[in-house]
Amino acid sequence: MSDEPFYESLEEVEPGKTFLDSREMVLNMGPQHPSTHGVLRVVLKLDGEKVNGLECIVGYLHRGIEKLGENRTWINYAPFVDRLDYTAAISNNLGYCLAVEKLMGLEIPKRAQHLRVILTELCRLAAHQLWLGTHVLDVGAVTPLFYAFRDRETILDVFEKYCGARLTTHSFRIGGCRWDAYEGFSQHVLKVCDDLETKLRDYADLITGNRIWKQRTKGVGKLTAEDCINYAITGPVLRASGVKWDVRKAQPYCSYDEFDFDIPIGTEGDTYDRYLVRVAEMRQSIRIVRQATEGLAEGPIMARVAKVLRPPPGEAYVSIEAPKGELGYFVVSDGSPSAYRVRVRPPSFIHLQALEKMCKGGLVADVVANIGTLDIVLGEVDR
Amino acid sequence: MNGFLQYLSSNVTPGEAGNLPWVVIYVLLIFTGISIGVIFMNWFERKVMARMQVRLGPMRVGPLGMLQPVADAIKLLLKEDLVPEKADRLVFWFAPVWVTMTAFTSFIVVPFGRTHAVTDMNIGVLFMLGVSSLGVLGVIMAGWASNSNYSLMGSLRSGAQMVSYEIAMSLAVISAVLMTSRGTGTGTLSMIGIVEAQMQQQTWFAFSLFPVGLIALVIFSISMVAETNRAPFDLPEAESELVAGFMTEYSGFRWSLFFLAEYAAMMAVSAIATTLWLGGWLRPFPNLLSGPAWDTAFSLVPGLTFLALGGLCFWAYRGMPRIALRNEARGLAGFGAFLAGVGLLMLLPGIRMRVQDIFWFILKIGFFMYLYVWYRTTFPRYRFDQLMRLGWKVLLPISLAVVIVSAFIGVRHELVALFWR
Repeated sequence: MSDEPFYESLEEVEPGKTFLDSREMVLNMGPQHPSTHGVLRVVLKLDGEKVNGLECIVGYLHRGIEKLGENRTWINYAPFVDRLDYTAAISNNLGYCLAVEKLMGLEIPKRAQHLRVILTELCRLAAHQLWLGTHVLDVGAVTPLFYAFRDRETILDVFEKYCGARLTTHSFRIGGCRWDAYEGFSQHVLKVCDDLETKLRDYADLITGNRIWKQRTKGVGKLTAEDCINYAITGPVLRASGVKWDVRKAQPYCSYDEFDFDIPIGTEGDTYDRYLVRVAEMRQSIRIVRQATEGLAEGPIMARVAKVLRPPPGEAYVSIEAPKGELGYFVVSDGSPSAYRVRVRPPSFIHLQALEKMCKGGLVADVVANIGTLDIVLGEVDR
Repeated sequence: MNGFLQYLSSNVTPGEAGNLPWVVIYVLLIFTGISIGVIFMNWFERKVMARMQVRLGPMRVGPLGMLQPVADAIKLLLKEDLVPEKADRLVFWFAPVWVTMTAFTSFIVVPFGRTHAVTDMNIGVLFMLGVSSLGVLGVIMAGWASNSNYSLMGSLRSGAQMVSYEIAMSLAVISAVLMTSRGTGTGTLSMIGIVEAQMQQQTWFAFSLFPVGLIALVIFSISMVAETNRAPFDLPEAESELVAGFMTEYSGFRWSLFFLAEYAAMMAVSAIATTLWLGGWLRPFPNLLSGPAWDTAFSLVPGLTFLALGGLCFWAYRGMPRIALRNEARGLAGFGAFLAGVGLLMLLPGIRMRVQDIFWFILKIGFFMYLYVWYRTTFPRYRFDQLMRLGWKVLLPISLAVVIVSAFIGVRHELVALFWR
């Protein structure tokens, strides 16, 4: 497609002299649409049911969160990043804290690191369950949504007990964790893990072997490994295309190198593989949580941090493996109590670019399947 | 007046008897019955779906949420009547009326019992298929008149889908019609005639010429889901793709007409399937468990079922917290008493012999309706091309084969005679 957006000139064309082929139709999907996962607007150029072109228009949820970082103190800004990817608030929080800690050269106590790992992996489980439910709903199956949400509740219960909040938790602080594990934390978490393992088998029974599910997802939205790398795609989408890249293994943070886990990869790079990879990832997350809970170190949970942070002038970039992909925080300090610049590398925004390639030549129904399989969150896309 | 009452003991449908007052009464009864059926289905579907999806479903309005559909209906009637500015007002107005009309009209020939049909047409099946497939016209009108892209795409999908599944459906019907000629050599298209043929042949057509009849039933029951735009073939109103498909711009009463028509159409095609393959109004095993004793025993079942339902209500009433939900509990007890009263009424000899046909017929329709709900909770949605492939490349060849096989078996004696000589 040319660089010129085809949707803008819609109103100005003279009758009879349209830029469209007479067989084509423009369908505006969103920003209010049941399955664009928020306020994404997708303008589709259709030939009947076939998608000939597509353009994503983002920005309907822009809240200026990056800019806010320059007006808040380093510590004050931490709750804001929870609102980026609100389905995985803990991962966002962790990324920001790690970036500031790197800037300040802080050493985080072992116990805090382990707590962070447990909560982040639980958060990945919750985020993937939310993805599972909504993605399967996009493809038309209504029931798995309720199962996924029911079991996600058990994880949110852990968060609630740990820090009082369920969704935007703000559970970590720069320098460690705000709260220590509550009484009975290990047993609670282990029980959640045990339950989830059986529940995952239930989901697989309901979805994985389903003929219609396979027909709807196999070969849909194919991305080769080369495509993924060219689009800078990371996370489960990249791994489904067969590239074994996981920041937790490649650049371990938060003592991820202490734990034993595998990186599930796919072969085809289609929607079905991405589904399998994410479900396999959930099993690996359970493994990590088990190991971290059983080997939870004793000791302090906070490093020594001043009340008002003034990191030395400089810059730091930290990327972590968020549920959606590689989530990066680039922070610049000029020595003042607030950041000079905060820049987020949001996986959703970057993945969204591949949507056109995935959808072109497919059908309208594939568009929603592809949006679902990219697992985007508009809070993160628009920031 | 005498003739009016005498009809009750006659053995023909009011249409055949030319009894106009009773025709009107039957039409009204069927209209009311279908409407109540739709209301019940609305509640039933939500409850069953809720159970399958680990939730409770409607619980607040009335006992066990039984008045929820009524509350919804009132809400829909009170809603503002919106017509999009650029819509074609006349067609926009006419589309839901048309859809509802066709869905209800097809019930004229549905035999709820030997005498419980408005009339017995000699082309009953044809009439039913024809009228029920006219509904697609209303859907296309709705999509076109709304002047919305989603509506247009929904109606286009609906048009293509209904046309392609109609063929497989009709071929399956033909195989059942062919089966009516077994033994006698003369077949019939009359809905009542088809059920009577099953009675004569001592078998449901689903098990006739095993497995031909069963395959035809399966083809029909798949096609009828597609024909009525229900999951997993609910592409015309695919929520996650087309928002609400051809109904996107409709609200309030017009929308509720579409809703009514959808469920009425579901019942209509279920009625065809029941009549053609599951022995219509015939009670279970009239061939094996025959004789007056069994007749009496089976005729008691409807009344006893209603008594049991009433008992169930009382049992639920006992389990309800008395203070907090006093009105609900009373309502449930009252409903239970009503059901039990109906059950007692249906135990009276004069009545039970007349109404047992209706009971069995509705029970069989209910089986298909439950399947509809079950599909909806279990399957993801088909994609458009896959839907077409299934219709044209899978169901159509199989149904053609079914027709040919059942035709050949029907004339096999003649064939043998022809080549044997």
